[in-house]
Amino acid sequence: MCTVCGCSEGEVKIEGADHHHGHDHHHHTHTHDHNHNKHSHEHSHSHEHHHSNPIEVDGDNIHFGKGPAHAHVPGLTQSRMVQIEQDILGKNDMYAAQNRARFEHSSLFVLNLVSSPGSGKTTLLTETIKLIKDKYSVAVIEGDQQTANDADRIRETGVQAVQVNTGKGCHLDAHMVGHAMENFADMKGGMLFIENVGNLVCPAAFDLGEASKVAILSVTEGEDKPLKYPDMFHASDLMILNKTDLLPYLDFDVERCIEYAKQVNPNIKVLQVSARSGEGMDEWINWIVSNRKEMIQSRIDALQAETDQFRALL
Amino acid sequence: MHEMSIAEGIIQVLEEQAEAQQYSRVKTVWLEIGPLAMIETEALLFCFDAVTKNSLAEGAKLNIINIPGEAFCMQCLKTVPVEKRYDSCNACGSYQLQITQGEEMRIKELEVE
Repeated sequence: MCTVCGCSEGEVKIEGADHHHGHDHHHHTHTHDHNHNKHSHEHSHSHEHHHSNPIEVDGDNIHFGKGPAHAHVPGLTQSRMVQIEQDILGKNDMYAAQNRARFEHSSLFVLNLVSSPGSGKTTLLTETIKLIKDKYSVAVIEGDQQTANDADRIRETGVQAVQVNTGKGCHLDAHMVGHAMENFADMKGGMLFIENVGNLVCPAAFDLGEASKVAILSVTEGEDKPLKYPDMFHASDLMILNKTDLLPYLDFDVERCIEYAKQVNPNIKVLQVSARSGEGMDEWINWIVSNRKEMIQSRIDALQAETDQFRALL
Repeated sequence: MHEMSIAEGIIQVLEEQAEAQQYSRVKTVWLEIGPLAMIETEALLFCFDAVTKNSLAEGAKLNIINIPGEAFCMQCLKTVPVEKRYDSCNACGSYQLQITQGEEMRIKELEVE
């Protein structure tokens, strides 16, 4: 899906795997070629319209205006109505389903981290990686409009990071993530963190195939953000209140913030964390580990059920 | 903010359908949009005009069918209308609502030739 806002030429870059700096990938080429074909097609066949013109002959009466659309001037081009009932984000959802199937197949536990810019996502991520990288294989997809700064910070921790620059885009989409995954082709059983573009609006609408969205809200922001940007908190399974070490210096009302988040999403879980002081990091790691376990367990159960089905056929 | 992407998504669907449904021009598009679909209609109308230039839908009219939001209340077991994510049940005031309608963002119908 071409999801880069308003540009005529694709500006999505996947700055990637350790040795491939500046590898450009233009998602748009295909669609736009297509576009132009359609366009020229239209012109070269401009006389073809009477083929699709439903002309009804009734004795000596010839009707030009009786097509399914009814309402058009007789004798001129006849329009018709087409019912398609198609989701606009269907394409993204299709790519997301492919990603999800692929993640499931390789038992990869994937989290989509979403927040406004400056909430401390990258610091939270680097601290998290330090705590888990010895036990689990970890990889990161970094989404930003420009620069590979965040991916560089992740790489300093020793794990592989792929930077996706969206150009003018305000979010990552499932297609971009699918391409970024080419860099992690052999990864199995580990954890993949997708750090979305810092934006509390658009990423909510785009499923990437992740197990969960995690919304990160720092206490230096307003406690009413869940109400101001309800879609994001509604779409997330977990809200992390980050930078809690700063609470003594702020008027941030933690209880009220949690209340607002639950108002928008009664099922949302909330953790209070300071990536800097380490407070709450254990609970966060536990959440990741137990959710990963759950995911793998349900895959085992499904495979077991399938095996049983086949065994019954013997 | 992502209305431009949505508009491009619409064009993409129109192009894909052009072959299947045998049309070369789209004159009108009817969209069903719920209040919880994260779409700003005004912005979408603006983007649609920009994006359809030089496409098979150039000059096409975009009609929006607003679908009302609806939720099932887990507390009082009623179906109640909702406008926003943080609306409460208008019968009992609970926030334990399960959205049943209003997240739609769908192309319903086209007028083509």
